[in-house]
Amino acid sequence: MSDNLPEVPEQPIARTGMFGASGTGDTSGYGGLVVRRPVPVSSPRPYGSYFDEIVDGLDHEGVERVVVDRGELTLHVAREHLVEIMKKLRDDPALRFELSLGVSGVHYPHETGSELRAVYHLCSITHNRRVRVECATPDTDRHIPSTVSVYPTHNWHERETYDFFGIIFDGHPALTRIEMPDDWEGHPQRKDYPLGGIPVEYRGAEIPAPDQRRSYA
Amino acid sequence: MTQEATEGKVYDVAGQDWDKLTEAVAESSEERLVINMGPQHPSTHGVLRLVLTLDGETVTEARTVIGYLHTGIEKNLEYRTWTQGVTFVTRMDYLSPIFNETTYCLGVERLLGIEDRIPDRAQAIRVLTMELTRISSHLMAICTYGMELGATTPFLYGLREREMVLDIMEYITGLRMNMAYIRPGGVSVDLPAGAVDKIGELLKVMPERIKDMRKILDANPVYTRRTKDIAYLDLTGCMALGITGPVLKAAGLPWDLRKSQPYCGYETYDFEIATQQTCDVYGRYQVRVSEMEESLKLIEQALDRLTGPLKNQPVMIEDKKIGWPAQLALGPDGLGNSPAHIAHIMSSSMEALIHHFKLVTEGFRVPAGQAYVPVESPRGELGAHVVSDGGTRPFRVHFRDPSFTNLQAVPAMCEGGYIADVISAVASLDPVMGGVDR
Repeated sequence: MSDNLPEVPEQPIARTGMFGASGTGDTSGYGGLVVRRPVPVSSPRPYGSYFDEIVDGLDHEGVERVVVDRGELTLHVAREHLVEIMKKLRDDPALRFELSLGVSGVHYPHETGSELRAVYHLCSITHNRRVRVECATPDTDRHIPSTVSVYPTHNWHERETYDFFGIIFDGHPALTRIEMPDDWEGHPQRKDYPLGGIPVEYRGAEIPAPDQRRSYA
Repeated sequence: MTQEATEGKVYDVAGQDWDKLTEAVAESSEERLVINMGPQHPSTHGVLRLVLTLDGETVTEARTVIGYLHTGIEKNLEYRTWTQGVTFVTRMDYLSPIFNETTYCLGVERLLGIEDRIPDRAQAIRVLTMELTRISSHLMAICTYGMELGATTPFLYGLREREMVLDIMEYITGLRMNMAYIRPGGVSVDLPAGAVDKIGELLKVMPERIKDMRKILDANPVYTRRTKDIAYLDLTGCMALGITGPVLKAAGLPWDLRKSQPYCGYETYDFEIATQQTCDVYGRYQVRVSEMEESLKLIEQALDRLTGPLKNQPVMIEDKKIGWPAQLALGPDGLGNSPAHIAHIMSSSMEALIHHFKLVTEGFRVPAGQAYVPVESPRGELGAHVVSDGGTRPFRVHFRDPSFTNLQAVPAMCEGGYIADVISAVASLDPVMGGVDR
């Protein structure tokens, strides 16, 4: 389980080969030669494209860092300012992100203090632009303010994120489970929740459950 | 069977006793009735459950309950390689599998940074298969519309036409549904010999068949009375609820990702966005039929390219660290194989054998980061939020499925209307529960 988790992003990580070979031991070029490109923690100005206009137009102290990666703009937002920022993104004529594509959760167990993330994808039909808003919360205090009042479509999406990650969206009209049964224990998409499964026998050989198989990562 | 509970009188129906139920309800002086529709009701499109509060025949409150088809696909993806992920995501929205595969693969390709290196032929095949799937999906939507409103002829016609599309998909990919055909880097196999002729036949027959469908439904008095001014949802409602696709287009907004934020080379094709101004079920039906007609145009253009300038081009990225062999031939065992590739790895190059083995068992690594590349599916904006930690497996994949979001519009469309129109409203959203629950 633990070797499938991301490590500290600042350090590029050289991976070893499938059989533990390092250096030149791996002839296929798949193991030792691959160096991970670290995710940028924040991007320098100018961001390029229309991204500068969005960041300038928003100009809010709640934006902790701005990441431009692979042609996509991500705004990391402090949770206490989330609703305010979303409202500005929606209502400001220069920004006008009138369509939200919902909430997606991600669990980064190694990033102490910001393990759980709610990720919002917004789209501006007026300006034909996109932006991603990311809001982090520590696992010990899983609270993010609800944005249903700004984007009513977040109603089910926040319920889904609560169901799968246990993030509590404060102010949601009815934060209940949506996909799992009401009496389910645990939040299945978290990394500490096992996949489960049983070994399968095929032609006399036993194939372990998917989460018990060898991981190459 | 009747029993008293704190909420009021509870009626149970076990089948074969509907007469007793109506009698019992008629005796009661209570006007307010809460009924449970689904999850096994045939006209709720799979396992959708609606809890309806009725005042006489008027719906005063509609609640949607989902989750009956949750299969944990997103969780499972985290335990497979990036390539195996395609086989999982294709099973989400099972009426438009190619779209799930495409949005997932576009996301993975953006993470890999290979978006510019996808061969043009692969992109044209993606457009071709997507538009074929759009036709089959819309046919299913329209024919079940008809059936749920009491007309069985459109249903039989629609399924017959859909079968033509599925036959072509089977001929190209080997499977009617859940094909896992689009792969990161291209498509799994080139079009087989004869596929172009088969699609040509479809292009000859289909316009006539769509016209027939229009003749049955467009001005049918029963159909129009059940669909016109029913389940009204205007542009403001669509924006607030995040509704996209035919419902949004029927509210008059020509928002289509194929035009506004093109992918797979859609900007080089000539087609129109179908819109209607009526905001009702009939408008959504009209949008779907027009979209099928536009899809035929797109298929024709893609076919022209595939047989013309893009003939004999590769269909998989020319990067041995990502692309699997895609020039496959049908072997005696009924499976696709690449004889040249097998000869190469089995008898001439040890390194190539190791390479192939590791690519297939271990998979390729995807640089850390996140991407979201949406596509215009038959139901609206479909997008995969793909997160990588730099390993050979996805760290997290979340699908923004349009059916999930669009179902939130059920209360807005149904409350205040008649119970019979609930069927019409749900059918016009065309939800696919496999995509809703994932």
